[in-house]
Amino acid sequence: MSTIASISTAPGIGGIGIIRMSGKKSFEILEKIFKPKKQEKIEDIKGYTIKYGHIVEEDKIIDEVLVSYFKAPKSYTAEDMCEINSHGGNLIVKKILELCLKNGAELAEPGEFTKRAFLNGRIDLAQAESVVDVINAKSEKEVKASIKQLEGELSKEIQKIKQEILDVLVNIEVSIDYPEYDVEEVQNKEILEMLESVENKLKKLEKTFDSGKILKNGIKTAIIGKPNAGKSSLLNAILKEDRAIVTEYEGTTRDTIEEFVTINGIPLKLIDTAGIREASDEVEKIGIQKAKEIAKEADLVIAIFDISKKLSKEDEEILKIVKNKKSIILLNKIDLKQAISEKDPKFLESSKNIIKISALNKKGIEEIYNKISEMFSLNEINMDNDIVITNVRHKNLISKAIKNVLKTKETMKKDMPIDIIAIYIKDILEDLGSITGEIITEDIINEIFSKFCLGK
Amino acid sequence: MKYYAGEYDVAVIGAGHAGCEAALAAARLGMKTLIFSISLEAVANMPCNPHIGGSSKGHLVREIDALGGEMGKNIDKTMIQIKMLNTSKGPAVHSLRAQADRKKYQAEMKHTLERQENLDIKQAEIVDIKVEDGKVKCIETAVGAIYNVKTVILATGTYLKSTIYIGEFSQDSGPDGVFPANKLSECLQNLGINLLRFKTGTPARINKKTIDFSKMEVQKGDTEVVPFSFEDELKDFKQVDCYLTYTNEKTHKIIRDNLDRSPLYTGVITGTGPRYCPSIEDKVVRFSDKPRHQAFVEPVGLDTDEMYIAGLSSSLPEDVQIALYRTIPGLENAEFTRPAYSIEYDCINPLDLKLSLEYKTIDGLFFAGQINGTSGYEEAACQGLIAGINAVQKIKGEKPVILDRTDGYIGVLIDDIVTKGTNEPYRMMTSRAEYRLLLRQDNADLRLTEIGYRVGLITEERYQKFLNKKKNIEEEIKRLKKTIVKPTKKVNEFLQKQGTTPLSTGSKLSELLKRTEITYNSLKEIDENMPELSLQEKEEVEIQLKYEGYIKLQEEQVKKFKKMEKKLIPEDIDYEKISGISLEGKQKLSKLKPLSIGQASRISGVSPADISVLLVYLQTKNK
Repeated sequence: MSTIASISTAPGIGGIGIIRMSGKKSFEILEKIFKPKKQEKIEDIKGYTIKYGHIVEEDKIIDEVLVSYFKAPKSYTAEDMCEINSHGGNLIVKKILELCLKNGAELAEPGEFTKRAFLNGRIDLAQAESVVDVINAKSEKEVKASIKQLEGELSKEIQKIKQEILDVLVNIEVSIDYPEYDVEEVQNKEILEMLESVENKLKKLEKTFDSGKILKNGIKTAIIGKPNAGKSSLLNAILKEDRAIVTEYEGTTRDTIEEFVTINGIPLKLIDTAGIREASDEVEKIGIQKAKEIAKEADLVIAIFDISKKLSKEDEEILKIVKNKKSIILLNKIDLKQAISEKDPKFLESSKNIIKISALNKKGIEEIYNKISEMFSLNEINMDNDIVITNVRHKNLISKAIKNVLKTKETMKKDMPIDIIAIYIKDILEDLGSITGEIITEDIINEIFSKFCLGK
Repeated sequence: MKYYAGEYDVAVIGAGHAGCEAALAAARLGMKTLIFSISLEAVANMPCNPHIGGSSKGHLVREIDALGGEMGKNIDKTMIQIKMLNTSKGPAVHSLRAQADRKKYQAEMKHTLERQENLDIKQAEIVDIKVEDGKVKCIETAVGAIYNVKTVILATGTYLKSTIYIGEFSQDSGPDGVFPANKLSECLQNLGINLLRFKTGTPARINKKTIDFSKMEVQKGDTEVVPFSFEDELKDFKQVDCYLTYTNEKTHKIIRDNLDRSPLYTGVITGTGPRYCPSIEDKVVRFSDKPRHQAFVEPVGLDTDEMYIAGLSSSLPEDVQIALYRTIPGLENAEFTRPAYSIEYDCINPLDLKLSLEYKTIDGLFFAGQINGTSGYEEAACQGLIAGINAVQKIKGEKPVILDRTDGYIGVLIDDIVTKGTNEPYRMMTSRAEYRLLLRQDNADLRLTEIGYRVGLITEERYQKFLNKKKNIEEEIKRLKKTIVKPTKKVNEFLQKQGTTPLSTGSKLSELLKRTEITYNSLKEIDENMPELSLQEKEEVEIQLKYEGYIKLQEEQVKKFKKMEKKLIPEDIDYEKISGISLEGKQKLSKLKPLSIGQASRISGVSPADISVLLVYLQTKNK
């Protein structure tokens, strides 16, 4: 297999960047770009050691780094590996990666390190999934969620739900397989109660995925408003906060800059920050059109208005954009004389969330964070107790299970016979079993024999 | 003195339910066939319960029939009571169960064997199977007759080195006092075949005149009788009754007080017993909170007064058995004709078999029935049939017939034991089938007759009849889907009479049939063009339309399943060389040599991650 390299710290968080290489040529490539303070032959360097030195390009020092050596098979991928810890920003880290690539490494595909670890027999599939999640995790809450799944909290919860279903299903199955025996026939009421309970539990889990996704990807936030309403002051107020951890990177859907900022554990992905900064005082002709565009891709639209001025035509256009989105209306410049009321029906009709602020004086900013937290139920996610679904495969299986719960209910409503109802109940179990990777038939049969006494 | 006794294509050892099917199939397919039984009195014996069928087992009998086997026809000729079970629980789990006249069943089957062309039937104990260059060569009887054979089907049931236990008493014996086959076990071990020891048991038989039936519940047969075989038409016959009674606290006390005298609890019996067939002492110990257990009293035949007491199998001493039976209402004065006993026997590990039921490392040696670790007459018979067919395919140099999990319960059974193995006698259950809405007893012929015909066990005449039936069903379904009834007075009156909502616009007949209140037969009132169909055809039309949506859903699942079954694993694959598969996974895969990714994924110890690695490996290899 080829030697692969990539930046292994996710953009968005952390002061240092790590470049990882894995494969037979890792050390060979490293020798060309890394000058350790104490020169040693690679054979003499033991695995799990860290060396200090410089990354150089044609004798020019690029960065001061620490390099960790891992020798096959005792590494994450079970291949020769090294990790270059740089404290440079995005640019430096990218530069080091480029050097690796220039000297013979190939750019790793997303998840390729984990894939290699998996293919080389280091980890199993479930672990692989969770590890990928941890790697991709961007905020603390999400790391906690991923680690919980890694530890099997999700498995335990799924197991509990499965048992609940199994308890009822096994009663049905036994009445089918042993019709002569006096096992009590399962009543519809009993099945419905089970379905209700399972549905609630699954829905709760499913809901956490949205929060989980937010934790993972950040809340895509668009700040819109007409020129001079205070967009850039607001942006500064957010980004320049002491608590804020900011990283900028290229926008995913459009050719813009996005900035990832975490405050109070709230991950915000601000769209088109450059656009906001560049906007001059001149009236942008394309202003409204652009606002529409960025609002379209946003999870949250923050519309900002100058409270000291009467609503203009443009403002009203902006209110229209806000109407159909999850939104917050900010009435800025409260330190000036108010020209419009926050109770203006035009505002009230457009959004439930109206906050008065002074972006320049950083007044009311905290309230914005609280509002966002509330809107996205971030407070409801208590990482220490609750399980949050962050893995798409898990989420899809849970959604499928819920669908099958509903189908089962529908089938019961149609008065279908018990064997058909049982088929749907089994499907629910299969979906949940796929999350944890278990074979359902065995479960049912084991339960039948442990719970009932049957025989000749 | 040893002597050369002849040459055969197929030799079947054992003439129980598996052996009979195997021998008949081979002979009917034109092979020179020989079947042995240690005692010809024991051909097709039912040493345990005197009934055929039951939940999921009834399905097996129907499938055997659809493939051209004998069991269904034999029970149709000899039944003394018949019932369709689970009629209220949905079409997929309807299942036939018949009380047999046991002696008549045996005599009928023996006679069928005797009359069969190409088939010789002999009473002899086989003591040796000779294998040369990994291939079966000849077999030898206890008296020294040597037969050269191309293939051997071992269907020894519970006779291999069997021991029976009645309390402290034990004896080397097969079931029903027949000799055990002691030497064959050693021969198998010498061939390097790994043997397991399993256990099962049977309850006592009681003389009818000592039973007070007035204290028991009567269990009658169905008024409408349905045959097992798709070919048979069953005339109404006088059915005999079965009875139900219960154990009580007194019974349980006697059992608890005497547990120390049961070989199961003293550790004398070491074989693994089935969980679904526990002895009464097992039930009392494991389910101590249950105040009573059922006991079914079933007649063993018309010309005998012996009654079989289902539910009360035991390995307790005879005196304890008598005492405990006599605590049960109706059995207070019961006189045993035969006591309950446990039986331990050798069987092979079915993981050593291919899906064709041929031994993996010995060419031409097939195994079928209880020797494969299964339990039950029907389970045995269907394996016998498949082993018989595949022995013939082998001789003809053709591909084995392998039914998969979507073809029938037979496929589920064989795939289960060969892929997952079993650590107790394996019983068929509807819960084991993933696609049971498709694997119904009513459509067994639609699923399998084609295969039976291709193999050569279904006659041209029967096949033509089958095609005709199939055509009738398809055409009728088409017609019902096309025919629209208008919301006329007549139609709506009919609907209201059936207890369902009247129409406001036109509706297809097929849609009306989907309503729970409407049956196919009832539609006749508003459907002038309804053709004259047979009972079987009507049933099929009704089920296929009524449950259409659900059936389609399972068909989708089957498609997914088939995808993995079609991903074949090359025979020469070296799992050791695939890094990334877990150690246990490598061992299991190397040993079991699964045919497909689908089969591999069902092996215990092979994780989903192993399967992913295997898939990736095969993909890169194919590139």
